[in-house]
Amino acid sequence: MKILVCVSNVPDTTTKVTFTENNTQFNTGGVQFIINPYDELSLTRALEITEKQGGTVTTVTVGLADTEASIRKALAIGANDAVRINAAPTDAYFVAEQIAAYAKAENFDLIFTGRESIDYNGGQVCGLLAEMLGLPSVNVITSIEVEGGKATMERDIDGGKEKVSANLPLVVSAQKELTEPRIPNMRGIMAARTKPLKVVEPAGVAATSATVGFELPAPKGSVKLISVEDAGSIIGILHNEAKII
Amino acid sequence: MNILVFAEQIDGSFKKSAFEAVSYASQIAQAHSGNVTAVVPGNVADDKLAELANFGASKIVSIKHDKLNGFNAETYAKVICNTATSENSGIVVISNTYSGKSVAPRVAARLKAGIASGVISMPNTSNGFVVRRGVFSGKAFADVNLTTDVKVLAITPNTFNTIENKQAVNIINAESGLADTDFTTQSVEINRVTGKIPLTEAEIVVSGGRGLKGPENWHLVEDLATALGAATACSKPVSDMHWRPHSEHVGQTGITIKPNLYFAIGISGAIQHLAGVSSSKVIVAINKDPEAPFFKAADYGIVGDAFEIMPKIIEAAKAFKNS
Repeated sequence: MKILVCVSNVPDTTTKVTFTENNTQFNTGGVQFIINPYDELSLTRALEITEKQGGTVTTVTVGLADTEASIRKALAIGANDAVRINAAPTDAYFVAEQIAAYAKAENFDLIFTGRESIDYNGGQVCGLLAEMLGLPSVNVITSIEVEGGKATMERDIDGGKEKVSANLPLVVSAQKELTEPRIPNMRGIMAARTKPLKVVEPAGVAATSATVGFELPAPKGSVKLISVEDAGSIIGILHNEAKII
Repeated sequence: MNILVFAEQIDGSFKKSAFEAVSYASQIAQAHSGNVTAVVPGNVADDKLAELANFGASKIVSIKHDKLNGFNAETYAKVICNTATSENSGIVVISNTYSGKSVAPRVAARLKAGIASGVISMPNTSNGFVVRRGVFSGKAFADVNLTTDVKVLAITPNTFNTIENKQAVNIINAESGLADTDFTTQSVEINRVTGKIPLTEAEIVVSGGRGLKGPENWHLVEDLATALGAATACSKPVSDMHWRPHSEHVGQTGITIKPNLYFAIGISGAIQHLAGVSSSKVIVAINKDPEAPFFKAADYGIVGDAFEIMPKIIEAAKAFKNS
């Protein structure tokens, strides 16, 4: 079993978001970057699968050298090796094209992405990548079992859950519930220092979109407080004043 | 400019988001002298298909095929793209639901089209083709210029109104062009939660946090939700402690929602939670800690013990419902 896990380097969830360059660039000053939480779930599940039935787990990241701390963490968690495609990601389409160009020759049995990255929230890489590689895709999986060249999964659907099956090779995106993320131990951290981290140059691809500006939401007005004694009056206020019910 | 809408159906009926998508496409078409075609994979009766014409679709391409009754990202992408090509569509509009999120990128890759998902604005074509979308889990917005000839827009449910714009119905029954070998994923079992409003579509959401002290107290959330016709949700610690299923977790690493009204009961309002709910039109926060961050994000607040406050609100909501 040869598994590829796509790892995105994202700002920590507690980050206060601000922008620079006339609101055209995300301000990375003082921001701590982490492995995208959904990608951490992917990585852990991939390791569980290979620990049970043998195989290797490779991670791939599209990013510049500053993403290597997250990549080393993925190696410390247990990935066998890592690939960094040496380019600043511009959009999901670009990222998927870069990963597809790398993965095409590698014949992975299973490719994991996260449901979405917690910064740009596109949720596109799984579907884009699958289509570019001519593979089936199953989005937002909450479980996966692999046996005999076939995967059986549960995924979220609108208003419920669906059990689906598909033959490998396959691209899937991880949703919460897939597993519990692993924390690297000291042995893993030491081992990660010597594990292979290959850097490949990006494939030349045409841009399909460009972010032209960012804006922060308008600040909220002050909260209107209601006393505990009058708590029931909130319903009338929501009907008469806010006109929302 | 011709616009194609993927109109999502479940068991032969359209979701509200399908009508929102057709209404959205219709407004673009009116601004750019175009036509709206809706493509509907799966067996939907003609009278149901005709409902799409009420919101601006002048042509409906129905692709009746038993294997398309359930959602499948790969085959749906094929039939949507085949229709987009035959209709010469410059824009493909898809709802940013679970199914839409699965199929939209596949459509974009097949058509070599720029894609924006989670779209919350009409396109601005004064300088390029720019749409606004939420980023950083609702902590900011990004304006994205799609530079390809064909564009794919996955629009956020509950963001655009349905707008009546009745058109004459022209229903075309098209062949799927699919072979059995195209169906590479198989649905084994579907379990839909019946009798509950899906979180992503709910106009009112009642949500509980650790302040409710345990799952045995969740009737307070459920009773208010029932009285208001609302969906129920929870904070991350609550789903992590398995008081509630993960599918109810709203926030940065859960579901991002955009209801008209969000009740936060016993939730302090960590930055990750606020990221997923701050786009709600009106927020009511109930917390015993007056310093809880939620009071900075809320429109209305009640500082006090949820166990004292909630029965009063539930009683008032029941009285309102019966009035």
